[in-house]
Amino acid sequence: MDPECSQLLPALCAVLADPRQPMADDTCLEKLLDWFKTITEAGSSLLLLQENPCLVELLCHVLKPQDLSSRVLSFSLRLTGVFAAQEDCFQYLQQGELLPRLFGEAGPLGGAAWTAPTVRSGWIQGLRSLAQHPSALHFLADCGAVDTIFSLQGDSSLFVASAAGQLLVHILSLSMRGPAEGPPGLQADDWPACAQKIVGHIEESLRSTAAPQITQALNVLTTTFGHCHDPWTQVLWVQLHPLVAALLEKDPVPAAHSLVDLLLSVARSPGLSSSSCGLWETLAQTLSHLSPTQAGLLALGILKLQDCPQALRAQAFAVLLQPLACVLKATAQGPGPSGLLDSTSADSVTADILLPSKAACVGLLCRTLAHLELLLPLPQRPCPWPQAPLLGAAVTLLQLCGGSGSPASDEGRQLCTLLLGCVRVQRAALDFLGTLSQETGPPELVTQVFAVLLEYLRSPDSSPTVLKKAFQATFRWLLSSPRTPGCSDLDSHALLFLRELLPVLQKRLCSPCWEVRDSGLEFLTQMTRRWGGQAGFRHALLASEVPRLTEQLLRDPESYVRASAVTAMGQLSSQGLCVPPASPEHPGGQQKSLLGELLHILSTDSEGFPRRAVMQVFTQWLRDSHADVVGDTEQFVAGVLQVAGQDLDWEVRAQGLELALVFLEQTLGPPRSHCPYAVTPPVAAPASPLTQALQPLCRVRLFEFAFRALFDCDRPVAQKSCDLLLLLRAKMASSSSLQEPRSSPDVASVEAALQRWRAGDQAQPLGDLEPEVVLAVLRSMDLEGLRGALAESSDHVEKSPQSLLQDMLATVGILGENEADCY
Amino acid sequence: MKLYCLSGHPTLPCNVLKFKSTTIMLDCGLDMTSTLNFLPLPLVQSPRLSNLPGWSLKDGNAFLDKELKECSGHVFVDSVPEFCLPETELIDLSTVDVILISNYHCMMALPYITEHTGFTGTVYATEPTVQIGRLLMEELVNFIERVPKAQSASLWKNKDIQRLLPSPLKDAVEVSTWRRCYTMQEVNSALSKIQLVGYSQKIELFGAVQVTPLSSGYALGSSNWIIQSHYEKVSYVSGSSLLTTHPQPMDQASLKNSDVLILTGLTQIPTANPDGMVGEFCSNLALTVRNGGNVLVPCYPSGVIYDLLECLYQYIDSAGLSNIPFYFISPVANSSLEFSQIFAEWLCHNKQTKVYLPEPPFPHAELIQTNKLKHYPSLHGDFSSDFRQPCVVFTGHPSLRFGDVVHFMELWGKSSLNTVIFTEPDFSYLEALAPYQPLAMKCIYCPIDTRLNFIQVSKLLKEVQPLHVVCPEQYTQPPPAQSHRMDLMIDCQPPPMSYRRAEVLALPFKRRYEKIEIMPELADALVPMEIKPGISLATVSAVLHTKDNKHVLQPPPRPAQPSGGKKRKRASEDIPDCKVLKPLLSGSIPVEQFVQTLEKHGFSDIKVEDTAKGHIVLLQEAETLIQIEEDSTHIICDNDEMLRVRLRDLVLKFLQKF
Repeated sequence: MDPECSQLLPALCAVLADPRQPMADDTCLEKLLDWFKTITEAGSSLLLLQENPCLVELLCHVLKPQDLSSRVLSFSLRLTGVFAAQEDCFQYLQQGELLPRLFGEAGPLGGAAWTAPTVRSGWIQGLRSLAQHPSALHFLADCGAVDTIFSLQGDSSLFVASAAGQLLVHILSLSMRGPAEGPPGLQADDWPACAQKIVGHIEESLRSTAAPQITQALNVLTTTFGHCHDPWTQVLWVQLHPLVAALLEKDPVPAAHSLVDLLLSVARSPGLSSSSCGLWETLAQTLSHLSPTQAGLLALGILKLQDCPQALRAQAFAVLLQPLACVLKATAQGPGPSGLLDSTSADSVTADILLPSKAACVGLLCRTLAHLELLLPLPQRPCPWPQAPLLGAAVTLLQLCGGSGSPASDEGRQLCTLLLGCVRVQRAALDFLGTLSQETGPPELVTQVFAVLLEYLRSPDSSPTVLKKAFQATFRWLLSSPRTPGCSDLDSHALLFLRELLPVLQKRLCSPCWEVRDSGLEFLTQMTRRWGGQAGFRHALLASEVPRLTEQLLRDPESYVRASAVTAMGQLSSQGLCVPPASPEHPGGQQKSLLGELLHILSTDSEGFPRRAVMQVFTQWLRDSHADVVGDTEQFVAGVLQVAGQDLDWEVRAQGLELALVFLEQTLGPPRSHCPYAVTPPVAAPASPLTQALQPLCRVRLFEFAFRALFDCDRPVAQKSCDLLLLLRAKMASSSSLQEPRSSPDVASVEAALQRWRAGDQAQPLGDLEPEVVLAVLRSMDLEGLRGALAESSDHVEKSPQSLLQDMLATVGILGENEADCY
Repeated sequence: MKLYCLSGHPTLPCNVLKFKSTTIMLDCGLDMTSTLNFLPLPLVQSPRLSNLPGWSLKDGNAFLDKELKECSGHVFVDSVPEFCLPETELIDLSTVDVILISNYHCMMALPYITEHTGFTGTVYATEPTVQIGRLLMEELVNFIERVPKAQSASLWKNKDIQRLLPSPLKDAVEVSTWRRCYTMQEVNSALSKIQLVGYSQKIELFGAVQVTPLSSGYALGSSNWIIQSHYEKVSYVSGSSLLTTHPQPMDQASLKNSDVLILTGLTQIPTANPDGMVGEFCSNLALTVRNGGNVLVPCYPSGVIYDLLECLYQYIDSAGLSNIPFYFISPVANSSLEFSQIFAEWLCHNKQTKVYLPEPPFPHAELIQTNKLKHYPSLHGDFSSDFRQPCVVFTGHPSLRFGDVVHFMELWGKSSLNTVIFTEPDFSYLEALAPYQPLAMKCIYCPIDTRLNFIQVSKLLKEVQPLHVVCPEQYTQPPPAQSHRMDLMIDCQPPPMSYRRAEVLALPFKRRYEKIEIMPELADALVPMEIKPGISLATVSAVLHTKDNKHVLQPPPRPAQPSGGKKRKRASEDIPDCKVLKPLLSGSIPVEQFVQTLEKHGFSDIKVEDTAKGHIVLLQEAETLIQIEEDSTHIICDNDEMLRVRLRDLVLKFLQKF
């Protein structure tokens, strides 16, 4: 600890110990604790306490009967734990009887302070920190702490209860780590008393009839198997396995969720060889005993396991598919297998869960769809994957929700009534349908998929979120639609679909709901990016009103929509799909170019999103050598940088630097690759000397922009600018035409101006800069140092411990002054 | 209690309820779908319509070609449009005591009823209902009277001829009762019979029942009605809405505890969600106008149009439509827009609070102020000089058979740039468009019906829990086109009773109680006796006096003083005979104790048998039976009056007398 802090510490301890001076802000106590943790991790706690006796005084002081705030008490308990984590310090505190007085019956445990959850939490966390060595175990045994922890497992505060469970796991694992002479034997009878006590408690809880106790025991076990993978865990599982299996015989199975968590945790534990412990049998049994709503998560977990018997995997997959099989069966037009599951024995159970209530039905279906969606991209997903029936199920669900399904059976009609207009199922099914596009399906089903998607895109009742998902799924299916090898164009079916889709998109772009207009534009951008170069797509798009409507949306009242319209127009224009702006909006017949329109948005739009979008479009255009840009690149870049430099939104300025970087690379050639194996395109090195190459950069006033950004009040902008200038300097160094640095009056005046800028006075422009001056200024600047300073977080000065202590004292000081005023 | 169903249209009901001694007509809706069988009435001579070929029978007989014209395969009557009236033969309408109106759409047949059936009663309705109803009637009369038609076709209505006609004319029901539109004079006379009421106002009908209008949330001043006596309650729910639009929200709580709930006027398009439809409306409108086309919205002059204008008010700026003119053309356009602003107390809370700011509750005031919305009584006059395209025109009539809309259909129908957007759900848009075929203009169907849908009904019924639900038969099965949609019907327990046109329904509950008042002095004279804790009984001797459906128990007149006068004598004869009555008995006979008592009094050889209703005590020696049942005791013995009296006295010991 540095001396300044040592000096401040006694005053702070005094403040903490004074009940009349409450800490207003307990985050500073957390910070203080973090600071002590860093100190003790780096050095001896004992030394710390000896050098700063005020700390022990504080700990002693909190024990006195007084009206101390529960926060400070909790803090003291945790601080003690931090110190006592080191064994010598533990002994030191033990000598003063401080530990039993703080953590034993005589301490806050028996007092009124115990009613505050924060004190109980502090007590647990203190012990958690302290329990690091065998002496601590003895201490815990002596002061009867373990029994208190048992009771805290059922604490009314969830944080306390959960921390108590974790502390038990920690103590169990610590005691099993054993003393220096080696870990205890694998016979449970040989285990240390402390471990036996905890295991006994778990066993007792598992035998209990009260669900909360069973849940606590299962949670402790789950954490144990999740964190400890030593051989003793296998012994523990063998010992407890019958008790866990016995839970399955109860109806209903108690604490089903925790049980699933435990079984999966055991199955995943590398310390256990699953086959020997009857785990697979238990898992199979659990799958068949749990209700479909509870079994889904277990089934998914089983299917994610790397090595697992095939039969169990099949059983788990069947459980997962059951609800969808039930849907297919209820809506099947005729008898016969739905193709999803052969056995129909368990269907009645699922039907019982699906049909009686809307909430249960919707919940189960959404979970099932989400589980299957997670499973699909995994390498260990079941094989063969029932793609066709799953597609059928997703389409059926969407039809039922949209009201277009026509089920023949009573169950189907009931299901239809439950699901009609249900947005949750619609969203889940659309997501799932989108994921299914990774694989294809039978053509007639794919036709149905497109039909149902079109139905959703058309329906006036689709909510904006559903519509967005429908757009996403449509794009994914269009991407996956079968195409002739070697040709990336849309196939004829997809083009036919597109002809039906575009009128719908047209209408959606006129929707009164801005979310709908926005997702329509996003969809258009995606499609154009992907197929903008393809004849079929271009033809269909240009024949529609979509490009013209998009152009009109540049003036939408909603900024998000304007931003999306900017991106879409940028994309359309890049692909040559823009139509000249329409006349009704500009009755005077004055036709603005899109570039002009976007520049107008950049300089006048009141919201940041459209301006950011414009900058991104411009950067992309520059990169792609867009026709509107190539004509006069320098004028374009100069204009954009000038507007962007004055923008209030830092992201716009940062994007301006991105644009500057692209221009710089285009002017000076790309940066040399550092990878020796990289294929470097044969770029002709600038034949002219560097100063000549810098001329265009000077003409577009790129340096003025970059220097201004270097002292930007927003750090990311400054960092980006710093990187850009460093890149330029690297180029200078590598350039053979290095010129001698020279100092001239110009350089001095620029440097002086930059100094003023740095100080915050950015009023004066730099004026026209000569390349030589720029080079000289760049050489003289400490860019590396600046980069280092910028890399520090902005509060690095304020984060120092000294500042923390001062702040805490100052707060109290202010309180004190107020108090004085009162007299 | 009976319900006479005079209309087959579920949203334009006309029912008569006989309840206690009153005859109450519930709504008198006018089914205007009959007009779809007629040719449109163009404001200006339409060469297309006048040149339509006459229709002739298959055998070439052309005797109907003056009456019937053919257009694109459909046959239309070339005559003044006629309306299908409610049934007038099922019940003598002159006996109707009152008519309760629930909203302005459901009173359009009123002049036919009040002016031509001998009706002498009173009509009850809220003020906005009457005022807007008057506007609708005025518009209707105006539309039809301003294009006088010389020809009136009646030949085709002959039953023998009608059979030969193609559908849908062949299947049209009750064509002989179809009538031409009423006159303004009849309208005024009918409206003069209306008495205005306010929500929750209690109106006594002859002391027998009380009727109360409740807010139904559907339109300005729209109401549901409660018809109740002291012990029975009938709710009449007609055209209600739970959506937040402009009217005051629906009062659901007051509908609780009904014995019968008559449910009519649900949404006609249960699959269309009004919010989605408004979105469709705006999108299609913008799309058309941006392409340089015109939009025609056939509509009524009041109702949904207020909500549409409010949506457009918010939408036009965002859609860049600020320069597009909106025209509202109706003979009553001005009154409708202005009336809507003055009925503050009938509006939803939001709009009510605006009035105190003070601001006009509807934003169409601002649209008018800024010249974005202009209104005209007809397309003649100022409109023709202001008219600018592209534009949006709101005008009537939604049937497309009369009114200014006919002109716009003829004017714009040929261009595919234009769009007609149907928002009123009352007419099938395909049938409405039939006489305009072939049509190039785009047609969009966005029916906006804010009335209750079946999900809302099922929630409402769960909440209100009526004992019985009565509804039109159309609501008891899914629509024919969507027979699998079991959700599109009323689902309640017990299942609803359904009715159809010209049916009489005996409502499924019996009246069991009647309230009787007791005069204070008589009440003072009563001597109650507690027979069970909390229950006391007293005998009453009184005169029941009934007048105006009120029943009062009055003290009996004092016994007449004996006197010699003849007149006196006669008076005393009139007085009811007030003999001292035998005491009433109560209580039950515990069989075991009774038997013990019998034994104590010297009876022996007693046998007790249990029967379904009680017990039989057999005194074998005396050959006597004592039947003890819940509400009677019989002593059966052979001619031994002494024994019977002895036994009777023993029985009486166990009973209380009062």
